[in-house]
Amino acid sequence: MKAAPFDYVRVSCFEEMQEIFAAHGDDAQVIAGGQSLIPAMAMRMARPSVLLDIAGLPGLSGIEDTGDAIRIGAMARYVDLRESALLATHVPLIRDAVALIAHEAIRSRGTIGGNLAHADPASEMPAVVQALDARIDIRGPEGQRSVPAAEFFLGTYAVDLAPGEIIVSVTVPKAPAGRLSGIQEFVRRSGDYASAGGAFVLDVENGRIAAARLACFGVCDRAVLAEQAAATLVGQELAALDPEPAVKALASEIEPTADLHNGPATKRHLIGVLTKRLLADMVSRSGKAHG
Amino acid sequence: MDSVFPITLTLNGRTVTHDAPQRMTLADFLRQTVGLTATHIGCEHGVCGACTVYVDGRIARGCLMFAIQAEGCDIRTLEGLADDERMQALQKHFHARNALQCGFCTSGMLLTAHQYLGSQEEPSREEAREYLSGNYCRCTGYQAIVEATLAASDELAAKAGCKDEEAGRAEA
Repeated sequence: MKAAPFDYVRVSCFEEMQEIFAAHGDDAQVIAGGQSLIPAMAMRMARPSVLLDIAGLPGLSGIEDTGDAIRIGAMARYVDLRESALLATHVPLIRDAVALIAHEAIRSRGTIGGNLAHADPASEMPAVVQALDARIDIRGPEGQRSVPAAEFFLGTYAVDLAPGEIIVSVTVPKAPAGRLSGIQEFVRRSGDYASAGGAFVLDVENGRIAAARLACFGVCDRAVLAEQAAATLVGQELAALDPEPAVKALASEIEPTADLHNGPATKRHLIGVLTKRLLADMVSRSGKAHG
Repeated sequence: MDSVFPITLTLNGRTVTHDAPQRMTLADFLRQTVGLTATHIGCEHGVCGACTVYVDGRIARGCLMFAIQAEGCDIRTLEGLADDERMQALQKHFHARNALQCGFCTSGMLLTAHQYLGSQEEPSREEAREYLSGNYCRCTGYQAIVEATLAASDELAAKAGCKDEEAGRAEA
């Protein structure tokens, strides 16, 4: 359970990082918080020859208000997300998600950028950023670009990052008035990766659902948006919300993949149960908030 | 044989420099290079929590960080908390309630409980269980560990209450 030998470089600027990528290609691996990469290295599932530590790169930390959105630096750690007053006010779903991620000793080191680049299909954040319609801000040898979160995840541990590119920040639109959000998951033990989970956002106008984004994790080969299920919610009166059409649409539009413990049929069942529970919980919390 | 590099960090309040290979974890560095063996190594992939240490004031897994990443960091281990009042209360109640059998998980449990009590004004059983859920104990079960944590919290709160009272009397 010891990592294979590697060369460690703490890069201090993007140019230095690009030179190393140019020289080593895929053998160079970026390390952010290391909470997924180091276990993979310990088990020799990852054997980078060069480890590029980006903790010292400028411009990757901090959580800022940019007007319509909150810009979260890629190196922001889970505890930073949880303790950010800006996020608590404008994007409470992120704070709610952190409580479900691993354990305190992991939350102190794990970063949002590292999590998204790693793209574990059962991890919370890839679903959360899709539910929030966030953009992933990327910098690489060709300059900067920004990708909608819904297009960033390509498969299990596969994302839209070319060699030499890294995530620099995540830009999350501020929640409009009338937004409800929630996250729930089924786990075998507290802190585990989810057997099935959902991160949902409902935008309510005059008591009716005007827009819905339902992201599921731990169900398919990646975190996915259930667009047909979301469409069944739009137009419904919140107080009389019927989840059944959404559950039905969800069951047909997603293609669950088995993990170590649950097969596709179980996953399809679990995400249906969770969808009903989470929607009911969101409706009930909105009633309390207004009443 | 791996080549070694000098690593300078603050360890239990003192600045130290030691040579270590690039692939050595912080937990191995503490035990093998520095000789501080309170930090235990169980699973070596971030699951069990036996290697929990403070990194820059927050608990972290000592096996999920390479020592070379800790350059310039402030590391505190169980040894560095020997004179800490909160840690002493936890140790006393772990002892009194047999909150250990083999002791392998204990230092990680103590560090985690220490941060928990430091971060909560009014600890609850439910929260303590959630907080400690990242640390595995394979022999006692968790009941006594949670009980000891809450008992230490009660003792510290009572002491703090006495101090407030004394301060009140002194002012009067």
